[in-house]
Amino acid sequence: MLLRTMPPQRIWLLAGYAAAAAALFCAPLVLSDFRLNLLAKFLAYAIVALGLDLIWGYTGILSLGHGVFFGLGGYAMAMYLKLNAGGGRLPDFMDWSGLTALPWFWKPFGSLTFAVLAGILLPMLLALVLGYFTFRNRIRGVYFTILTQALVIITVTLFIGQQAYTGGTNGVTGYGKLFGYSLASPDTKRFLYWVTVVLLFGAFSLCRYLVKSRFGKVLRAIRDGENRVRFIGYNPAVYQKVAFSISAGLAGLAGMLFVLHVGIISPSMMGIVPSIEMVLWVAIGGRGTLGGAVLGAILLNSAKSAFSESYPDIWILFMGALFVVVVVFLPKGAAGLFSQLKRVGRRKAADEGANGVRHPAV
Amino acid sequence: MLQLFNGISVSSILLLIALGLAITFGLMKVINMAHGELIMIGAYTAYVVQNLFAAYLPDAAFGWYFALAIPASFAVAFAFGLVLEMGLIRFLYGRPLDSLLATWGVGLVLQQIARSLFGAPNVGVTSPEWLNGGITAFGGAVFPYKRLFIIGLVLVCLFVMYLYIYRSHSGRRMRAVMQNREMAACLGISTRSVDAVTFAIGSGIAGIAGCALTLIGPIGPSIGTYYIVDAFMVVVLGGVGKLVGTVFGALGIGLSNTLFEYWTTASLGKVLVFLCIVAFLQWKPMGLVAMRSRSLDN
Repeated sequence: MLLRTMPPQRIWLLAGYAAAAAALFCAPLVLSDFRLNLLAKFLAYAIVALGLDLIWGYTGILSLGHGVFFGLGGYAMAMYLKLNAGGGRLPDFMDWSGLTALPWFWKPFGSLTFAVLAGILLPMLLALVLGYFTFRNRIRGVYFTILTQALVIITVTLFIGQQAYTGGTNGVTGYGKLFGYSLASPDTKRFLYWVTVVLLFGAFSLCRYLVKSRFGKVLRAIRDGENRVRFIGYNPAVYQKVAFSISAGLAGLAGMLFVLHVGIISPSMMGIVPSIEMVLWVAIGGRGTLGGAVLGAILLNSAKSAFSESYPDIWILFMGALFVVVVVFLPKGAAGLFSQLKRVGRRKAADEGANGVRHPAV
Repeated sequence: MLQLFNGISVSSILLLIALGLAITFGLMKVINMAHGELIMIGAYTAYVVQNLFAAYLPDAAFGWYFALAIPASFAVAFAFGLVLEMGLIRFLYGRPLDSLLATWGVGLVLQQIARSLFGAPNVGVTSPEWLNGGITAFGGAVFPYKRLFIIGLVLVCLFVMYLYIYRSHSGRRMRAVMQNREMAACLGISTRSVDAVTFAIGSGIAGIAGCALTLIGPIGPSIGTYYIVDAFMVVVLGGVGKLVGTVFGALGIGLSNTLFEYWTTASLGKVLVFLCIVAFLQWKPMGLVAMRSRSLDN
């Protein structure tokens, strides 16, 4: 009964979600432990993609700095794991750098609650501060993008430079236990996979709720005509700040999950190239559609892990070419391609049918 | 004193890199992330010219290879820029963020090609004999000839660009398009060819910058990425559309980079410079010198 009252598009969408959910549920039964761990990592990436889509696809602000937020989340979790792995001893890299006592800002990370909160709130706060100082002056477009990229550079140099506190180039690694369970054991990995799936669904629902709400409408209005929004009486800066900050929080959450799956976080994972790769996931999947962003992150990373292991050189060429092709020919990504094909098909059907009703363009 | 000199030396290179960026951004609102790779192309051109001189010409002539390397770097990067503009940028007009992503992809491909052509490790370019050594000034500080030569080269480039932009017909057309594209087009200026030529000139200057970088150290496929973000900061700080803005932006960033790094550490220095830039943008959001316009969205 319910199905009959729904427009066909809606049904397809629901079917797609159901299929995706079913696939994620069946994955642990089908995939090997190694592949499942990879998939869990990609799902963590998908959370970043959701956040990026919120800010880029819906608000029209391109951030090349999400690697930093991702990294901050990752470091928060890694600090917790490291402190609890050593059994009260100093983390090894501090020993090597000649520190004798734990730095004050490391201390609270011994508690998981604090680490998790910090992993989400720190990126949000940083985004809020950067957003405050840029959006209020109407610094936007490429100017903002360049500033976020500079943020990446300085954060990476800072993390590499302060070796005693951050582990330098090597990053923070060499832990291996969560609540006394080994991170490497298949059972823990499976558990973490489920945690990631649940959080991905949570993030997706949050973004979907935001996008469908009035808040999301204002975001899209800002993307399409910031000045008009201002003239109507909204303050775009507030919306931009909040969206940017939520997006950063999602990246931080993903960073924490990433560390749990991979077991290392280092400055090279928050650098310029990873940050811009995150943008590519969204671009490929389709900016402005949440499902597209998730799909893009999973597909592109699967392709990457398939190719780059055997042909790293070709992968880089391929990725560069992909950027050009997607931007020039598929500005709306795979999701856009899909709806484009559908529209063409529908128009054909309408033309062929003698008294076919033309659907309004979607 | 020496720090000041180093700062000016860094600024001069930044200026050379940012010049092309500022012009293309001001004119076409296109952020060219492949600019760093155009620098790399210039640097490898110098490397190739050096190898050709070493292989085919007598040793006596070797010292003068650099005189040929500069125009050669310009020409090669110019050609690349022209192809890039006509093949890609042209289709992304009015989509600055997209152009940023697409050109980044181009840069990635170019880097990879350089890696397969010349190998991933850095290669060294032997500086000509007459550029070794330096002037010893008061207090025992040594000003290397190479750095002085680069500063001189930048000054010459700046002067030529000034002549081109403000004193030539072609430059006048360029400024007209920059100020009001539609109006310029209505008055019979071919904005397409202005775009293409300007972009190519900006690329050519990047090539010269690459050539100059070979004097400072070894070059590698990713040499451009090291400078490109700083160069973009110069554009953000200096504003677009006027040479003066770029000059002061480069001086500001180059000097403060060197001084802060001297006073603190290299990593903290960068943070301080970034904070200064953000603070400065609170005061002048459009950069030092902004082109005035009555339009709301520019």
